[in-house]
Amino acid sequence: MKKIRALYFIVIITVCIFTYSLSLAGSPPAVGGTLPDIKLSMPKDMADKNYLGLGLFGFGSFKIPEIKARLVIVEIFSMYCPYCQREAPNVNQLYAKIEQNPSLKGKIKIIGIGVGNTSYEVGTFKKKYNVSFPLFDDADYIIHKMVGEVRTPYFIGVKMNPDGSHQVIYSKLGEMEGVDQFLATMTRLSGLQ
Amino acid sequence: MKRYVKYALIVLLIGTFVITVAFVPTAYSLSDAYKNNIYNPGILKPTDSVLKVKVGKPAPDFTLKAVSGDAVSLKQYLGKKNVVISFVPAAWTPVCSDQWPGYNIVKDMFDQYDAVLLGITVDNIPTLFSWTNQMGKLWFPVLSDFWPHGRVAKKYGVLRSDGTSERALFVIDKKGIIRYIDVHDINKRPPLEDLIRELEKLK
Repeated sequence: MKKIRALYFIVIITVCIFTYSLSLAGSPPAVGGTLPDIKLSMPKDMADKNYLGLGLFGFGSFKIPEIKARLVIVEIFSMYCPYCQREAPNVNQLYAKIEQNPSLKGKIKIIGIGVGNTSYEVGTFKKKYNVSFPLFDDADYIIHKMVGEVRTPYFIGVKMNPDGSHQVIYSKLGEMEGVDQFLATMTRLSGLQ
Repeated sequence: MKRYVKYALIVLLIGTFVITVAFVPTAYSLSDAYKNNIYNPGILKPTDSVLKVKVGKPAPDFTLKAVSGDAVSLKQYLGKKNVVISFVPAAWTPVCSDQWPGYNIVKDMFDQYDAVLLGITVDNIPTLFSWTNQMGKLWFPVLSDFWPHGRVAKKYGVLRSDGTSERALFVIDKKGIIRYIDVHDINKRPPLEDLIRELEKLK
């Protein structure tokens, strides 16, 4: 009886490992599709919580479609990536242009996910480039695997529909081709303009 | 018969684990700066050498040629600067290719602790020149320990059996004494905070 129990145990562990490995290996988010089930830690910073519209008393984790916005721009970056370092001032400029435009402010939100970066490393990047929008760490590459291990920087545009569903409208590797052009593309694809 | 079934399942379990490790892709050298030019050697033995230096003992001196053409000696910093030596295994390989660009944006942190950074690999100068050009302008010297091959790495005990070096960090104070050694798992990048914490201790 004990032997049979041991066999069951081995089979269950085997299936679990196999299923877990498959669940980790994602592909880049496809335009027209939805985001993988990414969970982000609730920001500790009140300003970040407020910006994302997550409620001041929220804790634990949240999912990107919970962000209060019509469009969320997700930048997959790394503190260690030279192109992300070079792009940081441009993404800051994009954030500023959105915040300064009354017809876009509150409707388009930006977040960054530092893949392979510890919280300290993400904090270092935020301080170095004076980033005003929320950045999240993905120290163990869990999110990075879910989004198909894309190279960085990688931008994903996610449109939030009134019925609570969401749709990926932009998914592209590399730096933005000009801040104004990128913003125009985003507003056009999301139907904001 | 049951025993054979049990053995078969154990083999299946181990096999699944090996496949998981081998085929679930690992996320390295992420930057688009390198396009598809990074050679991925796969998962390597975490460490493959025996240290020849100790914390609390003097750091062996060396002189190596930098990519800039200058010769750099450890002793030139004696009494002037703390020194961080960063050995990385090889140019154009995962992890190594993004470790130094990270250090490149925290010069202010090194300055704060009166420290300089010396990057060392066992590659030759032309290879290091092309590779580090992809990283942008580096503020620290990159030194070649190519010939005699890996002499400095060997002196410190971080030369691996395949001729590459370990991914190792040494913190040396202004008196030339080794204060910290991290011979890191070659497959992983040392977290920045670990190094900064050690630099803080030098104050």
